[in-house]
Amino acid sequence: MFPPIANPSTKPVEPKFGDKDLIRRSASSITPAAQRQTEVAKLIDVSKCIGCKACQVACLEWNNLTEEVGINVGVYDNPHDLTPNTWTLMRYTEYANPESGNLEWLIRKDGCMHCEDPGCLKACPAPGAIVQYSNGIVDFIHDNCIGCGYCVRGCPFNIPRISKVDHKAYKCTLCVDRVAVGQGPACQKACPTQAIVFGTKDEMKKWAEKRITDLKSRGFKNAGLYDPPGVSGTHVMYVLQHNDKPEIYANLPNNPSISPIVELWKGATKYAGLAAMGAFAAIGFLHHVIAGPNRVSAEDERNAEKLAKGGQS
Amino acid sequence: MTMYDVEAGDKVRVGKAVTVDRYTTGARINHWITAICLILLALSGLALFTPSLYFLTGLFGGGQFTRFIHPWIGVVLFFSFAGLFLRFWKANLWRSEDGTWMARLRDVMAANEDRLPEVGKYNAGQKVVFWSMSILIITLIVSGVVMWDQYFYEYSSIPQKRIAVLIHAVAAVAIICVWIVHVYAAIWVRGTIDAMTKGQVTGGWAWRHHRKWLKELVVGRKTANGSAKG
Repeated sequence: MFPPIANPSTKPVEPKFGDKDLIRRSASSITPAAQRQTEVAKLIDVSKCIGCKACQVACLEWNNLTEEVGINVGVYDNPHDLTPNTWTLMRYTEYANPESGNLEWLIRKDGCMHCEDPGCLKACPAPGAIVQYSNGIVDFIHDNCIGCGYCVRGCPFNIPRISKVDHKAYKCTLCVDRVAVGQGPACQKACPTQAIVFGTKDEMKKWAEKRITDLKSRGFKNAGLYDPPGVSGTHVMYVLQHNDKPEIYANLPNNPSISPIVELWKGATKYAGLAAMGAFAAIGFLHHVIAGPNRVSAEDERNAEKLAKGGQS
Repeated sequence: MTMYDVEAGDKVRVGKAVTVDRYTTGARINHWITAICLILLALSGLALFTPSLYFLTGLFGGGQFTRFIHPWIGVVLFFSFAGLFLRFWKANLWRSEDGTWMARLRDVMAANEDRLPEVGKYNAGQKVVFWSMSILIITLIVSGVVMWDQYFYEYSSIPQKRIAVLIHAVAAVAIICVWIVHVYAAIWVRGTIDAMTKGQVTGGWAWRHHRKWLKELVVGRKTANGSAKG
């Protein structure tokens, strides 16, 4: 058993990180915090999940969210997708393992992965609407959000959702408010099987190693840690029984990275675009300075009169 | 007689000086609605294009309202430009002299008017602006609708939305460049702006820049007078 995080004291605690600890801020150039805090991570061990949805409930509870009553279409996923209110969602997959012949029930807790290289933040046009703390947590600052949905395009995991009520983007905060006072996220606290554990990223990697060794000993030879290098690693990681094919876990992307189209849009297009507009304006200005105005001469007017009066006669 | 270059309302007036009616009141109102929309779209669009211009959202009452109003201005522009398109497309069809005009762009820039072919109501440069605007506006409205999450989120996938934002950004940069050419040409060629403000240009302006058009109008006038007398 992973040592549980102690319950908090009843005395108020100063937050352990804040605005001074940002390493990235959307649409802004900031000096990253000189010293990084220890990176935190949430480890989701899919092999231990029993699909009880306690994490989903805890998330709604802690974040004071209410989900609409939905419709049952014959699957366990409820609601059917992430929404502006559902920041974490159990996705159930029935997998017929061709090697063992077993039917495996793969239950993945979907939600923000808190990428080290966050695509949402790169795509965001609103200064300070998305921030990344030095401990790795990526958070949306709703006061600055304009609801454009660019984060939806930037995210390689299809996580952010735009509210139809206040037109702002929502996703898992990794319970930034709890972590700031030394607690783990609400979902982790509620998990009855320790399928969700929380700690420093190094601790989580070490813990995952033990779990992977155990899974391998039980015949899952491709068991492994999902910490995708394409986004420089994530602060939410999975232990997967079949790490060689993450896509069987309700389309978890295999080797995700920020889309090259997003990189092109936010990179070269921006600079080339500004340069092109500037060049056109500058050429116009220079042409006018050098060539001077193109004026109609008195002779042109006389010619026109001659033509028009000739036409009249 | 076919007068491909003459649009409804174009007319030579011979008074103390020769003036030529170039744009009707309707066409001018149509043009300025489009122009205002295009400027507002450029300002609000640039605000979301690059963080260094995000401050422009202040002109529209903040980021949320900029995000909300931009697509609606786009819809107004689309329909307004459609009006201009219907008015102007015929006179903007490519003619044989347009190739010659384009080939002598150096003389155009140096204002060597005598080395250029006589052109109709629009020269090749104006036609390029017209058709570029037409194509870019269609590109922008289509990619813009794909980006308009508030109403059209469900109708496209995220990879499609990514392509749409890239196309929208590139087309927007292109249309701003075309707009700079359009505005600069109107300023550089003195007497042009009167066409869109007063609706009239001087006879000399028409003679210098659109002689074929002027000649056609004069011939048309003669025919009209002739038939009136008869």
